[in-house]
Amino acid sequence: MTIRNLHVLLFALIGTISIFIGNSQSEEEGVVKILKGTYTPMYTNTEISEGQVSVNSFYIDKYPVTNEDFLDFIKSEFGKKWKKSKATALFVDENYLSNWENDITLKPSILRKSPVTNVSWFAAKSYCEYKGGRLPTIREWEYVALADETKPNATGDSLYVRKILAWYEAPSTVNKEVGQAVNYWGVYDLFGLVWEWTSDFNSIIISGDSRKKGDLNKKLFCGGSIVGASDLLDYAAFARYAFRGSLEPKYAIRNLGFRCACDDVENKIE
Amino acid sequence: MVKTKSYGRVFILVFLLGTLTLFNRCVSKKNSVAEPYVVEQNSVASKEMESVNSNANTNDLRSKISRANEEVVSGETIKAELTSPPYVPAPLGDRGPKKVLVELEIIEKEGILSDGISYLYWTFGGTVPGSFIRVKEGDEVDFRLQNHPDNKLAHSIDLHAVNGPGGGAEATFIAPGREKSFTFKALNPGLYVYHCAAAPIGLHIANGMYGLILVEPKGGLSKVDKEYYIMQGEFYTEGDFGETGFQPFNLKKALNENPDYVVLNGKVGSLTGDNAIKAEVGDIVRLYVGNGGPNKVSSFHVIGELFDKVHVEGGTLINENIQTTLIPAAGSAIVEFVVEAPGDYIMLDHSIFRATNKGALGILSVKGEDNKKIYSGQQIDKAYASMKTTDESFVGMVKSTNSSKKDPSSKEYSPDSNIKREMDAKADALQSPLEQQLNRGKKVFSTVCFACHQSDAKGVPGVFPPLAASDYLNANVDRAIGIALNGKKGKITVNGTQYDGIMPNLGLTDREVADVLTYIYNNFENNKTVVNAEKVKKIRGK
Repeated sequence: MTIRNLHVLLFALIGTISIFIGNSQSEEEGVVKILKGTYTPMYTNTEISEGQVSVNSFYIDKYPVTNEDFLDFIKSEFGKKWKKSKATALFVDENYLSNWENDITLKPSILRKSPVTNVSWFAAKSYCEYKGGRLPTIREWEYVALADETKPNATGDSLYVRKILAWYEAPSTVNKEVGQAVNYWGVYDLFGLVWEWTSDFNSIIISGDSRKKGDLNKKLFCGGSIVGASDLLDYAAFARYAFRGSLEPKYAIRNLGFRCACDDVENKIE
Repeated sequence: MVKTKSYGRVFILVFLLGTLTLFNRCVSKKNSVAEPYVVEQNSVASKEMESVNSNANTNDLRSKISRANEEVVSGETIKAELTSPPYVPAPLGDRGPKKVLVELEIIEKEGILSDGISYLYWTFGGTVPGSFIRVKEGDEVDFRLQNHPDNKLAHSIDLHAVNGPGGGAEATFIAPGREKSFTFKALNPGLYVYHCAAAPIGLHIANGMYGLILVEPKGGLSKVDKEYYIMQGEFYTEGDFGETGFQPFNLKKALNENPDYVVLNGKVGSLTGDNAIKAEVGDIVRLYVGNGGPNKVSSFHVIGELFDKVHVEGGTLINENIQTTLIPAAGSAIVEFVVEAPGDYIMLDHSIFRATNKGALGILSVKGEDNKKIYSGQQIDKAYASMKTTDESFVGMVKSTNSSKKDPSSKEYSPDSNIKREMDAKADALQSPLEQQLNRGKKVFSTVCFACHQSDAKGVPGVFPPLAASDYLNANVDRAIGIALNGKKGKITVNGTQYDGIMPNLGLTDREVADVLTYIYNNFENNKTVVNAEKVKKIRGK
């Protein structure tokens, strides 16, 4: 089944019952406003002029969604269908919430304030809808992740890449509590704890053979990690795009969590 | 909506019909043209198989496809035995092709790169190089790749033994906590590298994701007494060679192709001391040697042995009487030789500084009776007085009379680093207790000295002088300090054996020299001299 089909199916299942609450973020404390801007992404799935893409202003969660947050969701009327025992095999694989004792209990080894992981894209998406938002797009996520502690765009700063790469190489960071490191925007833990789902994670295809030139559909699948990459030195970004490329929406992975975003409705540019 | 749907249905119907007819057309066309051709090919192929002839023409090459299609592989699926280096699974003998299951698990784990130095390895099967896989020509391999749930990265595997896009990499691109599989038929006999091909590929290989798969030819390889698995690889670390603690990968060094470590089997010392591979005099030894790279080409050599046979580049061509065989990055060789005399044989990358200063060596330890006819050991040892001056004998190069003389005060280290070293020494080395000094010295010894002088400090007779029970060492401390500081070139006699080699300037600090000499003097049956950094500093200043 293609992703497009799944989207349609999902829309039918969930879209109809989800109610977009609107721009309620201003009164929530857990989100940060990201100002609009342009940047050069590692890969892109759309037409871009001079290598740059623009991002509208939007809101994003300060922290990755925690076990505690997700537990609240599961206990809600909206989220009860995502209980371990209830979630259907079409939307989650066997590892879904595998670090939970049962439907509503965490294993003793898991911290309540650690990022929730072993959640599928479907479950993450549903959570964000419950919260009145959505998953961030790759473009948005990467835009926020350009920032280091002091500047919104640390592209080309080799120290910054090195630091991110060090996390990608560090084992078992999933069991840390959220709030470890903050960036320029006031967003925590984009690096250092877990990978994060994005809404369109599979729109950019990197195949398992990273040397291959992706020539399917040109723009949409500008895959092949070498041909089409904007910065051959950004090994951290390579690793990130490769990881996304290996995913399918029902996968539940120990080092993969998520956070939510939502549109800045007042400033939306159509 | 309804309208669109019915259009859709019509379209699908037309599409299906279209493809069916197309398909039929293809088949009939193919059959009419190709059939007699295929038959002809087969007859050529069967003749060809009887004669052992490597000069295959194009038709013969193509016949391997039809042979593969016709070959009946029956019986139960057998599970392939995988082994960790330096061991290989038992030979498969002359069995026919089978269905073989290979299960390989990817594990990311911190391990020891050298004494006191750790590195985050990415591995196939928990070792670097990865598990050795042994299959038979014609086998149909059900290959299952598993990415451990605790792993961080997406991985894949490209087996060079596979005929197909990506060598399996596309089919096995897996997220952590997943398993993927594909099947291939082992068409070409030989020794092949496998490696991870997920982006960024260089990082995956640099972190240790490579190994060897042997496709035994039908009928098997010739019988030998010992078989071992050795694979070279480079590591690019944040700290320079010998810098202790956890060492992250350094991208800049990798781009510059300037590794800190070039090692056999994943770490310094994986094939020395107790880990040396073993054989008896008279054994035929076969080494399956690979090079994972990621960047460097290896000059594989065994000191004191000639390769009686080399399966060049791991393929079918056999060369004989080879001293050093070149192994490209992501390439291999099978070397075979009889061991004639007992002793330790050093296996190394003869791109020599990698062996002496970056770790690229191992030991083949051979036990058994001496054979004086083949190797006598040292015989003549007497004074030698030449009738000519060195200038008269030195005819190879014309000596320039006005060569610019080097400033004698210039040293190989910069003044800045010299000052820093002295300050380091002053600050924290002068009054350390002996016990601490010995511990520090041991670290220096096991990262810098042991590669040549061996972990038991006995050296290699005639090649690297012994530091154990060494008359030369015990006779003169100042001289020993000088050598540790500056290196040594030229003839010396140690415990009655003459040596004529080069020890490079190792760039040690005063404190490191003091520590390592104290360690050596207080171990290995030496005279228990204690050297302090101040004394080293004085001698450095001379």
